[in-house]
Amino acid sequence: MKIEFTLNERPVRVDVAPMARLLDVLREDLRVTGTKEGCGEGECGACTVLVDGRAVNACLIPAIQLRGAQVQTVEGLARSERLHPIQQAFLEHGGAQCGICTPGFLMAAAELLHREPHPSRAQVREALAGNLCRCTGYQKIVDAVAEALS
Amino acid sequence: MSASTLQPAPQTPPALALVGQGVVRTDGHAKVTGQALYVDDVRPEGCLYGATIRSTVAHARVTRLALHPDDAAAGVVLVTAADIPGENVVALMTDDQPALASAYTKHVAEAVALVAAPNREQALAAAQRAVVEYDVLPALFDPEVSRGHEIRLFGADNVFSHLTIRHGDATGAFANPPAGSRVVEGVYRCGHQEQLYIETQGMIATPRPGGGLTLFGSMQCPYYVHKALKRVLGHTDFNVVQAVTGGGFGGKEEYPSLVAIHAALLALKTGRPVKLIYRRDEDLRATTKRHPMRARYRTLVDAGTGRLLAAEAELLFDGGAYNTLSPVVNSRGAIHALGPYRCDHAVIDALMVATHTPPNGAFRGFGAPQAHWSAERHIDRIARVLGLDPLAVRRTNMYRDGDRTPTGQVLRDVGIGIVLERALERAEKPLPPRLAATRPGGGGPAARLVPSRGLALAWHGCGFTGNGEAALKGKADVALEGRDVVIYIASTDIGQGPETIFPQIVAETLGLPLARVRNAPHDTAQVPDSGPTVASRTTMVVGGVAQKAARKLRDALAAEVGFDGDFDRMLAARKSTANLRVQAEYTDDGSLVWDPKTYQGDAYPAFGWACVIVDLDVDADTGEVFYRRLVQATDVGRAINPVLCSGQLEGGALQALGFATSEELVLDAQHGMRNNRLTNYIIPTALDAPEMETVLVEIPFAGGPFGAKGIGEIPHDVPHAAVAQAIERATGAVLDRLPMTPERVLAALDTAAEPSA
Ligand code: FES
Ligand code: FES
Repeated sequence: MKIEFTLNERPVRVDVAPMARLLDVLREDLRVTGTKEGCGEGECGACTVLVDGRAVNACLIPAIQLRGAQVQTVEGLARSERLHPIQQAFLEHGGAQCGICTPGFLMAAAELLHREPHPSRAQVREALAGNLCRCTGYQKIVDAVAEALS
Repeated sequence: MSASTLQPAPQTPPALALVGQGVVRTDGHAKVTGQALYVDDVRPEGCLYGATIRSTVAHARVTRLALHPDDAAAGVVLVTAADIPGENVVALMTDDQPALASAYTKHVAEAVALVAAPNREQALAAAQRAVVEYDVLPALFDPEVSRGHEIRLFGADNVFSHLTIRHGDATGAFANPPAGSRVVEGVYRCGHQEQLYIETQGMIATPRPGGGLTLFGSMQCPYYVHKALKRVLGHTDFNVVQAVTGGGFGGKEEYPSLVAIHAALLALKTGRPVKLIYRRDEDLRATTKRHPMRARYRTLVDAGTGRLLAAEAELLFDGGAYNTLSPVVNSRGAIHALGPYRCDHAVIDALMVATHTPPNGAFRGFGAPQAHWSAERHIDRIARVLGLDPLAVRRTNMYRDGDRTPTGQVLRDVGIGIVLERALERAEKPLPPRLAATRPGGGGPAARLVPSRGLALAWHGCGFTGNGEAALKGKADVALEGRDVVIYIASTDIGQGPETIFPQIVAETLGLPLARVRNAPHDTAQVPDSGPTVASRTTMVVGGVAQKAARKLRDALAAEVGFDGDFDRMLAARKSTANLRVQAEYTDDGSLVWDPKTYQGDAYPAFGWACVIVDLDVDADTGEVFYRRLVQATDVGRAINPVLCSGQLEGGALQALGFATSEELVLDAQHGMRNNRLTNYIIPTALDAPEMETVLVEIPFAGGPFGAKGIGEIPHDVPHAAVAQAIERATGAVLDRLPMTPERVLAALDTAAEPSA
């Protein structure tokens, strides 16, 4: 099945099975590998991307739903050399350790900050509850998101 | 609001340009932009996909092993033990574990054979429907039954390790109890725990153009993989390269050797690159876990103060089907068994027994989190029995300078009192607001939430036990390459930060900006053996070796140019443009004395000290625990990078809170993990995690670089014990078994509510 959609503001075309996972379309077909797989069943959030501005688990989205969609991944966060404020905040606060969960957290956080530029710590924790991190204890991730735009 | 640094007054270290600064991690940019390459992000040209055929029974002879006819017809490749060119063994401490159990399997989910196919789905399907027939044998699952049983798993008696530490005369003390003393006894248990790195195990084996293989993958210890592969291949014509690694926590200490062997065998047979990535359910079922433990403590205490007069501690660990690193876990468990408390007459007996359960292995803390659980719960029991304040009993017993540990080591610079005071101080801050509890089942507005606080104390030996470091002689090279300095070490970054910390140490030592110092790739073809990335040793031990190598480089450069001065001035005076590379290796001053036979002497070059205070709410209706804040004060020696340092402490503490209340392995009839998904093995989320206050206390260790001690494991040692104390304080429910699931908390509440027996 041929599908056209927008990936990080560039039009792309792929020929994939209708039920192929968005995660595989990105990683295997388009070789855009910033989006990670941690569980393959919607539990860890490592595969979080934005589809039409909403944070979703790419391991649960079939290709057939992508027709005409705007997909944004971690590769699309920075504007050329300038990091997105949430990326900068993760660097400064130490929000990334092993980094495997980081792209997913960044995308979930980007969606939150778009909705709510100055979230409370409780709001941050709620918004990130679908993303698992085993390295940080979340403290520095919550710090980074809560203070990214302040 | 998280970390701050406090130094004991007389020892304020000098401010330095790089050391002590929370510089941004050098691999951070690649990680926040998605450019960092983890093993599954790499796909060599012509790559095949591997998958593993696993046993479905705990103990059996394999009577038939074949591909499904359709897969065979489709050209799927099968690899069995018969394809191994060298020995069928995973070389580690002992040679008991086979690389492929093609004829005889000792645990469920053991690798029986391997397949390779052009794509992942095909490989997984072929592994799934391969034909394996068994002659099933009886299996032993209880270490108490397995010990000395006629069904043999290991050696003559199924015991991987048995050791006894004797200190003073415990038998005599129990036989002649002084007036006003009392015996207190307790039994404590812990279940398995999964490391749960978010990146599953994975490896790629690629045939090299000129012959031989390259192994590239997720790992902590490239030289462990090297050692294991050498025996399986029967030669050393290969190199091992670490990919950016998505978490380890011990789970990628020894296990990647097996994954690498399997990928290598597939690549050898097919002549093509082969990628082997575990699915999450497979990773959970097949890989090592923290060792379950059952412990029995009997102490003689002064009834008025709770002072420990004598102790007998018996620890029994379930090692699983193969030895892996279990004797080291047994050893560390035994040494830490009494916690940071003085007891002049003690016998500690630690036993590690084999069962037909998937092997348990390395996990942050290495037996110490289990041992601390018993020690801290027992101190609470003493307080309960005697009607004393648990904190007072801790103050009475905690180590002071000059005290001897059970191994007879005389302690210096004991930090337990300082970390206790610092944590108590910080815990005076007002608590953060409760999260609006939206979780189903608990915490709603009608919930009967009982707020409470628990406190626990830890010590942790840094680096290898006894003469381990002196025997290993970990190496590090430092090289001048152009105007930059490159560090060659086998110590890997698995999130904890050596890619940043080593350049900080070396740049500080040479007076260079951080941007001109970097680590070389961790490739066994390029780096010397620094020893494994384990045991809270990387910064303290290997960092010290790297610092020594940096000084050697300066000396070599000075000798070359004829004067010793500013690094760049020496560089400018240099005529040669050749690289200048020097090597240093670990040595100590020989003052550590250790007898591995009697387990007496200096067990560790240094100890870290920690106090953890947990504030939480217990839901009296559901038994759920909601965390509000965790304060920890930890003696880190010197924080080379306070951001990375506190990050380690916070992550370790949350892992321990998971161990405390939510992480439980449910075993099926074959003792395989039944809840092998993230939907039913529950690790804490950002909503479950407390706000954290992390106090870095710096009591410098003269043997570490700039005074640094190891800090990777100590945060996992006691938060679970603090939680148990808090639950008890709030509700009277006594929990001596981990995890403290809502069901167990409710059951303990019922017992507590019964009229006192
Ligand atoms: S990989 Fe998609 S949620 Fe875990
Ligand atoms: S940084 Fe390792 S899992 Fe989050």
